[in-house]
Amino acid sequence: MTVIEARGLSKRFQDKKRGEVRAVDNVTFTAHPGKIYGLLGANGAGKTTTLRLLATILEPTDGTAIVDGHDIVEAPEKVRASVGFLSGGTALYPRLTAQEMVEYFGRLNGLDEATLKKRLDAIFDRLDMNEFRDRRCDKLSTGMKQKTSIARTLVHDPPVMIFDEPTSGLDVMTARTIIGFIKECRDRGKTVIFSTHVMSEVEKLCDIVGIIQSGKLLTEGTLTQLREKHGEQDLEEIFVKVVAPLYVEPEAK
Amino acid sequence: MSLRNIGIVYRKELREALRDRRTVIASVVIPLFLFPLLSVGFGTLVSSIVDKTREASPKIMVIGGDDSPGVLASLKATPKVEIVPAAPNWKDLIIEKQIPAAIEIPQGFDKSVVDQKKLDVMIYNYSGDLKSDIAAGKMDTALKAYRDDVVKKRVVAQKLPVEVLEPFEVTQKNIAPPEKSGAALFFGGFIAYIVVFLCFNGGMHPAIDLTAGEKERGTMETILSSPISRAHLVVGKFLLVLTTALSTAALSVISMAISFALVNVLHGKTIQAGNEGPAMHIGVGAALSVFIMAVPLAVLFSSILLMIASFAKSYKEAQTYIVPMVFIIIIPAIAAMLPGVDLNAKLALVPILNVSLLCKELVIGTYHWNYIAIIFTSTCAYAAVALFLAVKMFQRESVLFRS
Repeated sequence: MTVIEARGLSKRFQDKKRGEVRAVDNVTFTAHPGKIYGLLGANGAGKTTTLRLLATILEPTDGTAIVDGHDIVEAPEKVRASVGFLSGGTALYPRLTAQEMVEYFGRLNGLDEATLKKRLDAIFDRLDMNEFRDRRCDKLSTGMKQKTSIARTLVHDPPVMIFDEPTSGLDVMTARTIIGFIKECRDRGKTVIFSTHVMSEVEKLCDIVGIIQSGKLLTEGTLTQLREKHGEQDLEEIFVKVVAPLYVEPEAK
Repeated sequence: MSLRNIGIVYRKELREALRDRRTVIASVVIPLFLFPLLSVGFGTLVSSIVDKTREASPKIMVIGGDDSPGVLASLKATPKVEIVPAAPNWKDLIIEKQIPAAIEIPQGFDKSVVDQKKLDVMIYNYSGDLKSDIAAGKMDTALKAYRDDVVKKRVVAQKLPVEVLEPFEVTQKNIAPPEKSGAALFFGGFIAYIVVFLCFNGGMHPAIDLTAGEKERGTMETILSSPISRAHLVVGKFLLVLTTALSTAALSVISMAISFALVNVLHGKTIQAGNEGPAMHIGVGAALSVFIMAVPLAVLFSSILLMIASFAKSYKEAQTYIVPMVFIIIIPAIAAMLPGVDLNAKLALVPILNVSLLCKELVIGTYHWNYIAIIFTSTCAYAAVALFLAVKMFQRESVLFRS
């Protein structure tokens, strides 16, 4: 069963300096339950925009995607209800407690109060969050914040999880928590899409890898398939070989 | 439109706002304490300084007059002044504010009066200084009374009736109800100004915090990944901004009403707006009417604030756009306080100015129902357009992910 199917997904926008920019250019791929699809790309390659399109945070200019049976253009709200989205940019509300934060997203996902309470208790037990559930998010450590973010994405038990460079800027221990959580999602049969530019994370986690550059999905397959196809054993060498023709230095923001 | 989702967003934003020191200060502390302190407290202070200065007996130096005991005796008989001979440096003493005023009596003053020759008496003072102006005023009054007395004596000596000097009296009488006099209108305009200013000021911080602040903190992407529609999200946020704008305005009117009442009780007399103006108080009906008219204005302000703040990338950038807006908002509110600026059909369509002009009438109990209808409808229309634009602005990717 296919849970994510991107069909010619494209996103163009106007930039004052560069004119029309094709951030995502005709991207087509599929992701399946119980598998992790890794989107590997350099900074500015189009990973974040692709994942934001799938999570319906942005709207595609061309093409579409079907997520858990819903079209991202026609039913974006239903898509978001099926997705747990976690990125380096998805912060917490500083003046809410960890519990209030998770409750808020549970309610926005349409959970009734009784179900919400059961889910909260279960998630807080599982993630060992009970000690700080009543503490304000601005008083939490980085690790506690990550756990709260994870709880926030899990509260509505979505079948699809999208992770956009979730370990970016985190220390080793916190990054391990996230990596463990992503594996757990796969083991629970969820469809996982994960973007990164860290080769070791791809090797550790991904069942299928797609290499993206200049908004184009240049190649995809299992690690074994990619090694065979590009005649290299080392993933970094494969990556460089694939993206080199299109690589441009990302512009300073 | 899902009221449930809007309610969820509103309750969450309200909870966060109540935990935000800046919002609480701008929406509760300032209207409750600062403005009553500035308006009533400052007014009471000024009035007590003026009263004290009037009651004091300042030293006034007299230059010359040694050969004119008549005028000197008359000056010395003036209540609440102390007449002393001039020191050689009397000019410096006035400039240094050591003494408030001096009078120069020309040589041979008394004799010239007898001889019916015209003379000039000079009063020297430090213009603009309260003590000096009051002392000079007392001397002016005393000298004019002495002159009138001299004239009366001359008329009587000619065996003419005193009435020959004043064949008729001119009296100006205010027949406008005291609560609707010019001073009352000014007082009403001042209340309107406070309401307009605080309405805008109260919504300012939450509007920035809920939009540009969210972008800056990285929570915008978090909330946009939830299933709530952007329209519901922005309406929930708008309602919170509206709540703070209205509560700021309502608290300011209530606290001023209480402050005036309290000062009136403490002083044992009613503070008046002007010499024969009305008692400065705000009735329940007036407060309620002003609040009702403030609702569409607050909707307009909240929508404009959200629209501008949504566009900004950071709190600071939003402040750069919004702070100058305060001047644009208060200019019509100040214009409404000016004498001669009254409601008419054209002004009833000018946003902010129309509500300010109406509020000053409402405070004094005048209800022009036709204008109320025009102003309420037009402000609601402006507010609806602004809210529509704010929702549209919030739905634009180029605005939400501006970099």
